[in-house]
Amino acid sequence: MVVESPAREATPPVEHPKSLLLRMDRMPHIWCSRCGIGIAVGCFAAAMDKIGLSPDDIIVTSGIGCTGRVAGYVKVDSFHTTHGRAIPFAVGMSLARPDLKHVVFSGDGDLISIGGNHFIHGARRNQNLLVICVNNFIYAMTGGQLAPTTPLTARATTAPYGSFERPFNLPALAMSAGASYVARWTSLHIRRLTDSLTEALNRDGFRFVEILAPCSTIYARRNKLGTGLDLMKYYYENSVIDHEAGLEDLDIGFQSKIVVGKFRDEERPSFTMSMQDHLGKILGKKYTPAVTGKDNNPQTGGKA
Amino acid sequence: MHADPKGVLTGTHYFDGDHAAAEGACAAGCRFFAGYPITPSTEVAERVALRFPMIGGQFIQMEDELASIAAVLGAAWGGLKSMTVTSGPGFSLMMENIGLGVMMEVPCVVVDVQRGGPSTGLPTLPGQADIMQARWGSHGDYEIIALSPNSPQECFDLVIEAFNLSERWRVPVFVMMDECIGHMTEKVVIPPAEEIDIVTRRYTDKPPEEYLPYVPGEDLVPDIAPVGEGYRFHTTGLTHDERGYPVMTADCQEVCVHRLIEKINQNADKIFHLEKTNIDDADIVVVSYGISSRVAIPAVERARGEGLKVGELRLVTVWPFPEELIRELAGQVKAFVVPEINYGQMVHEVERCAGGKAVTKLVPHGGGWVHDPEKIYQAIKEVAK
Amino acid sequence: MWLRTGGYSLSPKEAKMPDSHYWRKPFDSDKVKPSEGTVYIIKDRCKGCGFCVEFCPRGVLVLSTEFNKKGYHPPEVVHPEKCVNCDLCERICPEFAIYCLNQEEIIELVP
Repeated sequence: MVVESPAREATPPVEHPKSLLLRMDRMPHIWCSRCGIGIAVGCFAAAMDKIGLSPDDIIVTSGIGCTGRVAGYVKVDSFHTTHGRAIPFAVGMSLARPDLKHVVFSGDGDLISIGGNHFIHGARRNQNLLVICVNNFIYAMTGGQLAPTTPLTARATTAPYGSFERPFNLPALAMSAGASYVARWTSLHIRRLTDSLTEALNRDGFRFVEILAPCSTIYARRNKLGTGLDLMKYYYENSVIDHEAGLEDLDIGFQSKIVVGKFRDEERPSFTMSMQDHLGKILGKKYTPAVTGKDNNPQTGGKA
Repeated sequence: MHADPKGVLTGTHYFDGDHAAAEGACAAGCRFFAGYPITPSTEVAERVALRFPMIGGQFIQMEDELASIAAVLGAAWGGLKSMTVTSGPGFSLMMENIGLGVMMEVPCVVVDVQRGGPSTGLPTLPGQADIMQARWGSHGDYEIIALSPNSPQECFDLVIEAFNLSERWRVPVFVMMDECIGHMTEKVVIPPAEEIDIVTRRYTDKPPEEYLPYVPGEDLVPDIAPVGEGYRFHTTGLTHDERGYPVMTADCQEVCVHRLIEKINQNADKIFHLEKTNIDDADIVVVSYGISSRVAIPAVERARGEGLKVGELRLVTVWPFPEELIRELAGQVKAFVVPEINYGQMVHEVERCAGGKAVTKLVPHGGGWVHDPEKIYQAIKEVAK
Repeated sequence: MWLRTGGYSLSPKEAKMPDSHYWRKPFDSDKVKPSEGTVYIIKDRCKGCGFCVEFCPRGVLVLSTEFNKKGYHPPEVVHPEKCVNCDLCERICPEFAIYCLNQEEIIELVP
């Protein structure tokens, strides 16, 4: 059946191509017009599609906040947990089900402020998690409070005269804590972001992808930066791809240059591998490899 | 079903309460433990770290207690029986995620080896002052189950019972030990695996297209689904409907939260574990739990020796509280005597349920040691007048 | 001065030229044709952010003047012949409200 190219737009004959990976019964989602989180989710869905993995093999955990709502919109086993505790929750689950792919999808405040301790220890131990941090420089869901990533001089409701605190440099933090894959992209870099996520999904260890996303209603508006569209244009004008950048160059100032890229991609034994290798070596025959939820053993909590 | 023999250290042992609790976890089928060291619970974690690699379990010392309880919830969802141990300060840190465990209906066990409080308090000395916190520590309305062992043998037995209760009722269950029991070394008999009954959560038999995560059964407990098997469910700490999706309305709150409370209340009769001694003709009942119940024994015996009709009610399950039983007894007895190593916690429950029909006498102790049985005896004598 | 109809990858001069003009003609330009796509817009899901309009490299879309159910202006296709099925609009839309399909995908997916 050949469809002729129509003069105007076509009436959609089918649902959106990514609809199988999204909870379409909950669309439209709650994110504002011109918010970048939807783009991050779309790229993630595209990456899931690309690696050809069944959505049954991926688990998404998120925390609290605007990005924390992602778990509610992806059609996989998904967990919307407490503020800052998505990473340790996912650590527990990844140790119980090492056969599945575990993704933590949360925001900058959730992962780095209240969740900061869990972030650095998860990275230190090279836990087998893909951590996607959508960074909109603000605590958006609760009205626009200061975040540990808010650039100097930017305004927030708890920094009404502008922030005078030095913000975190997330890729530097992740790298120094020991993450094995570290990348930063903006919502505008849709293809490189999708490629990064595809790559990261196929790796082991602690993988960290920071996605700079426009927050139109709060960050842009309160800082007189226009709308999310203006922020996307700012990303266009000011982002530079430099995979070899030094850690200091990755700082982000208010409306400053943004360096994006893939800054680290190393193969390192994950926590589980290190545990199995070491205990196997020390205990020899006495070592019993860990039971998992997949073993279908009801005595230890599994389904028969 | 029977316990997995791999985790059962059958035999007669000389263990302290902490080690017995660790063995109880191994026997119950617990294969995931995440904890953070805190006196006087650390020995549980240490023994688990030693034993788990040999029985197929995973031990991880997390960066703090908040991470520990979060990891326990995650591993429980991943299909493993999971546990953590802590003491007062760590217990306080865990409260938010305990609420998450209640809301998401996650089977897990939290052992609190109580010590003197508040704050850093007396890390190496006993207390029983976290009992109310076990019930009310997290924010919002909810119900949980809590057990209180009074010997290392019971530490072993009650950890298994705690796992069974948590799996049956899909709720976090607390084992409220104290430093005295935790560090007391006594004979612990571990039976063969065939004699240990264990329970596992009820998995759904519905296919993914028909399954909804929070449709309660007749017992008010929803069937759980395994992750990674195509169910693709969502669950959240937000007030949610039977699909697991957040619905933020008062109507949904009524359906969602009220059921969490009724799930325990309506099934309390199947949960209670109480030890009644000489209750039937008693004029005075000593209501106690944990180490205080053992300290009360010489006091009760001395009073009985003098002809006083003293009975004992030992709360093995501290929560849910046996309200009906106390109300009934209050009509029969003259007084309740409640010795506890705090300045008054369970005594308020006893007094509330007694409804003024019987006198309620607290025998307090600030913590740091156990009661002098003399004080309990004096209290019995006082109410006998 | 960028054109309103997107064109971040076209200079004003280029945007005005017909597609058949190349400043450097590929050797196989008679054998290899650029891909073609059809844009589909789920109008009532759109929140009028304008990302697709702004960043479409071919200038296919403009923001329409009509309102959808929620009161937003969804995009509309003004140059359907220019769509090369690059999927940028699909990927950059935060609302999953727009996508494009080429002939093969249409045959495969459309009932």
